[in-house]
Amino acid sequence: MAEYSPPTTEQEFQVNFAQLKPRMNRTEAMLESSRCLFCFDAPCIQACPSGIDIPQFIRQINTGNVTGAARTIYEANYFGNACGKVCPTEVLCEGACVYNLQDVKPIEIGRLQSFATRAQMDSGEALFGPGTPTGRRVAVIGAGPAGISCACELRALGHEVDVFEAKAQPSGLTVYGVAPYKITNEETLAEMAYLQGQFGYTVHYNAPIASRADVQKLEADYDAVFLGIGLGSTSTLGLPGEDRVGCVGAVEFIEQLRQQHHAVAVGRRVVVLGGGNTAMDAASESARMGAEHVTLAYRRSKSDMGAYDFEYDLAKGVGVEGLFNVAPVEITGNGKVEGVRFVRTATTGGQVQPVPGSEFVVPCDMVIKATGQSKQTVFLGLIEGLQLDAKGRIILDSRTGQTTNPRYFAAGDAGNGGAEVVNAATEAKVTARGIHEYLMSLK
Amino acid sequence: MPDLSINFAGIKSPNPFWLASAPPTNSGYQVMKAFDAGWGGAVWKTLGVPVVNVSSRYGGVNYRDKRLIGFNNIELISDRPLSDNLREIEEVKKRFPHHAVIASLMVQSRQEWHDIVRASQDAGADGLELNFGCPHGMCERGMGSAVGQEPNVLRTIVEWVMEVATVPVIVKLTPNISDITEPALAARQGGANAISLINTIQSIVGVDLDQFSPYPIVDGQGTNGGYCGPAVKPIALNMVKNCAQHPGVQLPISGIGGIENWRDAVEHILLGASSVQVCTAAMHFGFGIIREMTSGLEQYMREKGFQTINDMVGRALPNVKHWEELNLHYKVTASINEQKCIGCQLCYTACEDGAHQAIRLNEGTRVPEIIDENCVGCNLCSLVCPVEECITMERRDDGTRHETWQQRTLAGNIPSEFEDERAGGRHHWVPEPAAALGKEKHKTLPGKARQFETVPASPQIVSE
Repeated sequence: MAEYSPPTTEQEFQVNFAQLKPRMNRTEAMLESSRCLFCFDAPCIQACPSGIDIPQFIRQINTGNVTGAARTIYEANYFGNACGKVCPTEVLCEGACVYNLQDVKPIEIGRLQSFATRAQMDSGEALFGPGTPTGRRVAVIGAGPAGISCACELRALGHEVDVFEAKAQPSGLTVYGVAPYKITNEETLAEMAYLQGQFGYTVHYNAPIASRADVQKLEADYDAVFLGIGLGSTSTLGLPGEDRVGCVGAVEFIEQLRQQHHAVAVGRRVVVLGGGNTAMDAASESARMGAEHVTLAYRRSKSDMGAYDFEYDLAKGVGVEGLFNVAPVEITGNGKVEGVRFVRTATTGGQVQPVPGSEFVVPCDMVIKATGQSKQTVFLGLIEGLQLDAKGRIILDSRTGQTTNPRYFAAGDAGNGGAEVVNAATEAKVTARGIHEYLMSLK
Repeated sequence: MPDLSINFAGIKSPNPFWLASAPPTNSGYQVMKAFDAGWGGAVWKTLGVPVVNVSSRYGGVNYRDKRLIGFNNIELISDRPLSDNLREIEEVKKRFPHHAVIASLMVQSRQEWHDIVRASQDAGADGLELNFGCPHGMCERGMGSAVGQEPNVLRTIVEWVMEVATVPVIVKLTPNISDITEPALAARQGGANAISLINTIQSIVGVDLDQFSPYPIVDGQGTNGGYCGPAVKPIALNMVKNCAQHPGVQLPISGIGGIENWRDAVEHILLGASSVQVCTAAMHFGFGIIREMTSGLEQYMREKGFQTINDMVGRALPNVKHWEELNLHYKVTASINEQKCIGCQLCYTACEDGAHQAIRLNEGTRVPEIIDENCVGCNLCSLVCPVEECITMERRDDGTRHETWQQRTLAGNIPSEFEDERAGGRHHWVPEPAAALGKEKHKTLPGKARQFETVPASPQIVSE
């Protein structure tokens, strides 16, 4: 059933992971932007968490004012190019396009957005710059969409910003956690370089903030701290055999794939556990890496899956097979993964129940767990007075992003429990305004 | 089976589609290729005095994603030797005896006109078209539109031509004039057999924003050119109609201007043209468009039961009236089909900003609502609506009353002051000016994160 051969070179990898939303050329952008109706109080704007004035930037593209279009986009969202490619536009802006109601293909807003921002990045011309220095300093923990957006906005407001990133590269999920057919590393990093070049914040790489002493140092050196720490590693399922070789977390698998491309080893028969978008990504990626058989196993029915329909279709399109109403009970094998023992499930009154005596084994040599990420509760415990809710999310003021420790602010996955890049970028921008308010009120 | 052939002022042609005098008819090669493809006739690129051309020569008007909705040129008449053109005309006629070959001519003196008319007839031209239209280059030398704008001169030259002409003579009129019927009448008085219109409109199609020069650019500079293409059709149709309706003109009309498909051609014909000439479309898409044109025309004739082109000529003219002859009691108002509405609200903003504030938005739906009592039936909303048949104009009067401004005037029943009950403004609803303030502040803040207070929740990444 394998549709893809295992890629052995970077070129083959690029073929297997061809971009879903390739860059538009000028003709394409002209044709597509011409179709926009310029709706009043446009539904696409309402559907965009960052509230980009979409009809405006599309019209700007259409009149040859591509720089103006990029400005419109970046004014609302610093991850303009990335969001154009990684956003679930099918359910956000494009899903809201009025053309859908006419059974006409909606405007390709995401690709147009990337067209404009990419052209701007390529030009290298700065659109914004740092504001008048205020003398205040902010530490940003995490160089993901939240951290970088917050840093940009704080610099625009004139504050000094140091970003501390545990990993070697910026942009977090966008370079470590998004499927490679959605965006390339080069493209992500180019946007990061473009932003840093404009705003001039400092990023300290391989600089994890991990101890009480680290935290205290930040508190001593900075007027405020922004937590853009996202989520942690894949949570464990507590299954027997989960520690066998070949049983990996989806987050870790995707991260490795994004960094090492074709050098990543993928099993011949892969079982992916989970029903969310990350599960779809992991399954689709395994197939594109040349796995002969990829099974997506979910404990409820297909319609109960949390993944967007188009993500499931994407996985199905590359040959992934769905296995529903099954729960894993054991990872079998002798040192190495040899299969997953499932039990069939029945859902009654919303509760998933195993069906006794229905156990069976799906043979495989790799298991990918896309079953949720842990919260960074241990690290957050290092910060005095920081309260979390029952689900481990940081409690914060939705207007300012301020946490229960007044010097700490947070946004993105650590606050919302896990959402899109566009949510993190937007919330962080709002939070930067909250930090500004706080800093300017300091005597 | 409809008969597409025509007899235009004595010039016979298998169908009414002729190539206009222009680059596509510059050579025997092109005209033969066109006839081979199905064109009924060709007006040869104007023969005349020696000229020199510049480069570039053409400018385009693009609209959004559409190329060349307007087009202009600063090219002059044929720059090929007269003898070559005449020899090729002869060759074409030998090969296509039943197609129409019309020689377009432009010279200055009486003797030159006599010579070129005789030479063209000797070469076998089925007719002559006098080019009194070219609005650039030639007019500076006292030809083209310089003649077309002077009815007396035009008439004199037509008289010179008629002294020696043995084939039908068509006078091609320039639109660069306030009343097209004046040169049309002059052509008639001079003895012409037909008129053709419109020639190109003096124009600047655009300005290069970097070089600060009009298009087309010749070494950093430019000049006005002649405008044509789809964009000029409305102007051409009105002028064709004016000539067709004028009781003094009474000449066959060859319609020219913005004809790109069979519908455009039929519009020209319904307003009085009995042959049509095409240029820009052939330059844009090639001679192959003739297939669509003839088949479309034939299908239309079949559907409407027209046997010949003549059955159609001028059929719309009785319905083209002066404003004061229109029925003042006919009332329509807009109606929105809620099932078809896609909620773009273009009708709302158009009516708000561009018309009569007769559409409102309601909470909880994106489907706008027509405020019947404010709607004046102007049609704007239905024109901007991107969905077919979604906004329709519904008749509201009972059809029993018919009164025109003309009738009112004759009956002495017209208002003389705005306070008069019978004056329109008294019944025209307008909102208080101050109600406009604050309305343009969008619910969404352009370019800024929309609501700082509450960041809207978006679909969560679901993972177990």
